[in-house]
Amino acid sequence: MKVAPFHYHAPASKQEALDLLAHYEPEDARILAGGQSLIPMMAFRLARPGHLIDINRIPGLHGIDLRGDAIYIGAIARHAAFEKPIEPGPTGRLLADVAAAIGHAPIRSRGTFCGSLANADPASEWCMTATALGARMRIEKSGALRELEASEFFFGIMTTALEADEMLTGLTLPRLPADARHGFYETSRRAGDFALGAALAIYRLQDGRMQDARIVLAGAEPHPRRLADAEACLNGEVPSDAAFRAAAEAAANAIDPLTDGQVDAGLRCDIARAVCHRALLRSLA
Amino acid sequence: MKQPYHLQVNGRDCAVEAEPRKILADVLREDCGLTGTHIGCEHGVCGACTILLDGKPVRSCLVFGIQAQGADIRTVEGLADGDELHPLQQAFMEHHALQCGFCTPGFLMLGAALWESGAKPTEAELQALLSSNLCRCTGYGNIQKAIASALDARDQAPKRSGEGAP
Repeated sequence: MKVAPFHYHAPASKQEALDLLAHYEPEDARILAGGQSLIPMMAFRLARPGHLIDINRIPGLHGIDLRGDAIYIGAIARHAAFEKPIEPGPTGRLLADVAAAIGHAPIRSRGTFCGSLANADPASEWCMTATALGARMRIEKSGALRELEASEFFFGIMTTALEADEMLTGLTLPRLPADARHGFYETSRRAGDFALGAALAIYRLQDGRMQDARIVLAGAEPHPRRLADAEACLNGEVPSDAAFRAAAEAAANAIDPLTDGQVDAGLRCDIARAVCHRALLRSLA
Repeated sequence: MKQPYHLQVNGRDCAVEAEPRKILADVLREDCGLTGTHIGCEHGVCGACTILLDGKPVRSCLVFGIQAQGADIRTVEGLADGDELHPLQQAFMEHHALQCGFCTPGFLMLGAALWESGAKPTEAELQALLSSNLCRCTGYGNIQKAIASALDARDQAPKRSGEGAP
């Protein structure tokens, strides 16, 4: 279908974009970043924004800044920017593993990291990743800036803490320590489809034992969250299939499973258990 | 309301007057007269409308035409040099990589992105890339063979004249 009419704005600065958002917010103004989620929703007329504020021409929003303790990701950093590790440490490798599972190459050359978070699809790989890494969101509106932890940002299916006049202008990802291991596993019916389930597991290996375990699933619940019960099965343990199976079982028991026409609650829990177990196995590779 | 703007398609200027809501695929077909770019699903799933935007493959149904101002747009019409087929097109013929031809421009532009990047994908990487687009008649094996053989030829032969020109 063809999208409904809208007014198009292409601001040249972030300030101009935020001012436009504040001004047109009553007429359903939306930020247009990569558009790989928003434009399909507009094509189905599930979204009919009155104004689109295209931020693609704003200098300074494209960058990924590796200089600080945390990695800074600007609002227009594309998925494809993460396909090769952005840094040699474990964080760069983790992001590259996850990026490869996002849609297809033409989607990754256009879609953005921050756009995925602002859109907050339950199956989003980056929402899961941001939650696992403890991302700090930079949220701006005209004249104000606030920051939120990933754990405070996601509210539900495609629902976040962002107000209608606010824009996710970037975020920071704390770097993983050098002894961090990770495993990522995703399953879908066809290559590039939305995940039926995905898992990201991270832990530190200290004196042969797992510490600071983090387990987050995608596609399992309305929004991603750390699964403390599953993480507790790993902390202090030696990596083993028994420990991984226990964590996967705890993850499957902990979730409030999403259901749809393809996947009922029982199957979703089975998928959650399987992807969690396989992600943990990959942490050994 | 229609707005005037210009696009650079296959190295040529194209004057457009269209509503901002018009997707790039429709602008290319209806306003630039370049109907080689095909439109299948109109929501980013089938890949038939894949083009190159500043050298990168994108779905032209998931970009508005007005957003592509100033970008280097490449479509399937830009591949052949007059009557001389692009090596990718020649390889598609030789390997029977098309039947009805509907998906072909999208696959060719996916292949063109690889061709121009100089990348040498493994078989698995090529399969992963091609999983982006749908074909409903010949299947994917011959498309994969065609692109792989064209890339092999690229890496063995000197560049033909005009190669890489927009």
